[in-house]
Amino acid sequence: MSLNSSAAHPNDSFADIDRQLRRSNLTTALRRLAGNGFLYFIMVVLALIFMIPLLWMFTTSLKTRQEIFVWPPTWLPAVPQWDNYADAFAKYPLARFMLNSAILVMINALGEVISVPLIAFAFARLRFPGKRILFIMMLSTMMIPGQIKLIPLFSLFSRLGLIGTYWPLVLPSFFGNPFFIFLMVQYMRTIPRDLDEAARIDGASTWTILYRIILPLSLPAVTVMLVFTFLWTWNDFISPLIYLSDFNSYPISVGLAFFQGRYGVEWNMFMAATLISIIPVLVLYFFAQRHLIGGISTLGLKG
Amino acid sequence: MLASWRRLSPMARREALEAYLALSPWLLGFTLFTVMPIAVSIFLSFTQWTIIEQPIWIGADNYVRMFTRDPLFWQALKVTGSFVLISLPLKLVLGLALALLLNNRLPGMNFFRTVFYIPAVISGVAVSLMWMWLLQPDTGVVNTLLDAVGVKGPNWFWDKDWALPSVALMSIWKVGGSAIIYLAGLQNIPAQLYEAAEIDGAGKWGRFWRITIPLLTPTIFFQLIIEMIDSFKVFTEAFVITQGGPLKSTYFYMLYFYEEAFRNFNMGYASALALFLTLIILATTIFINYTSKRWVYYESE
Repeated sequence: MSLNSSAAHPNDSFADIDRQLRRSNLTTALRRLAGNGFLYFIMVVLALIFMIPLLWMFTTSLKTRQEIFVWPPTWLPAVPQWDNYADAFAKYPLARFMLNSAILVMINALGEVISVPLIAFAFARLRFPGKRILFIMMLSTMMIPGQIKLIPLFSLFSRLGLIGTYWPLVLPSFFGNPFFIFLMVQYMRTIPRDLDEAARIDGASTWTILYRIILPLSLPAVTVMLVFTFLWTWNDFISPLIYLSDFNSYPISVGLAFFQGRYGVEWNMFMAATLISIIPVLVLYFFAQRHLIGGISTLGLKG
Repeated sequence: MLASWRRLSPMARREALEAYLALSPWLLGFTLFTVMPIAVSIFLSFTQWTIIEQPIWIGADNYVRMFTRDPLFWQALKVTGSFVLISLPLKLVLGLALALLLNNRLPGMNFFRTVFYIPAVISGVAVSLMWMWLLQPDTGVVNTLLDAVGVKGPNWFWDKDWALPSVALMSIWKVGGSAIIYLAGLQNIPAQLYEAAEIDGAGKWGRFWRITIPLLTPTIFFQLIIEMIDSFKVFTEAFVITQGGPLKSTYFYMLYFYEEAFRNFNMGYASALALFLTLIILATTIFINYTSKRWVYYESE
């Protein structure tokens, strides 16, 4: 508004206009400062609201059994009970569950690393009849909701005698996940073609080009893929729930859910266990968030 | 494909063969883990099958039972449908609002972005367990805070009228996930457009409605579809927290499917349930896609 008023009077002397302009610059600057302050205020309040759940989980995990049920609830424990964490490890087989999850993550990561660059390379670089239609078919599988496949896959794996093993949870990775193939194709397309053409003239085979030139240059995309593989495998619930029956083979997601209601009143220890279960994800997130956010903006994927 | 094969030079044939070799894992996986399961699923939905014996062909009986004799099916459909209707608009609007806040290029915004995205990376099980504790009627932090401002908090997951809204509340906590996607869309809008509009005298609201929203419609469209599919597939929360209760008020469709398939081993009937949900999702996607011609802005136009 101040800007408009300073420009709207053609009869004013230059000095007048000058003064008005200067004042208006000052007011805009002040306003901007106040606006930013207000914005920061809103952001801080919102961030607090979003973090209260995690903070409450944390303070609960440090309380005694009596403290979690006092009325009115206290914000902080009188004396932080760090022992709760050791007790949680002793009470629930958390280490076992997390090791199982880590094994699943590693096998899935191995499968993706073997299959995805290979498949993506064909789509991104090689010429062959039927390429367009196959690529469209691959993209369309991303749209199919997974639950329609649960029963047939369960019966397939049960015929193969693989129920209760990790096979159903890791085998599909070795055949390429369409989301990752798409991500990798998009990335490989940005690598200059001159590089592989020069190598081809020098007599390099297709596979040399892939593994010596394209793959090393695609490491950022591989990283994104690995980050998502970790997140999805660590957080997956329904597949291990369906396929695994032996308690000792549970990954952390199913393992934690199994304990819900069994030791119903020990929320302090249970919150400690839940927190422990998300620590690997949080650590990964803080270190890899740049890759994660890059993947999200390419694919529109979420965690 | 064969005709074009004959026209290829020996070198091109070699390249094509190498390509098929490279694609073979996907081709095999596509057949084994996508095409076959879908075909089998359609077949099974017309059978009665308890996994031990052979499937018995019963025609459309499963579907007839679903629509005429199964109140649980209608309950699951109602719960899931209401959840989609409650949570979808909330997530779309709040996600955009959060993204607009985060899009202010000020120092420290990356920190806030990190904070708001945290809920989206945590597993559904951990999030469910945490909210179970947060929303405890007596000792939960939410009701404590409400109490502090003089509001008597409800019984959340343990009240048939509040259980479904509680699940929606949980999903809103994860809104940072959609905000990040909106943010990518916002940052693709050329700054010159805003500058030009400002010179033309457009105010903040004018710029928002005439530039931001139209140029963001492809992202909104994308989010609408993804969030819609996600909302139809809610399972973990219901399984972990409420087991569908109280009084089936959170009996989500996927929970019903899971119980029929993997608890009661009514595989045929469960296949029909899965197929029907897939059809709903597909029909909704096609419908949204159809309307998109009217409201989604594409730059090439």
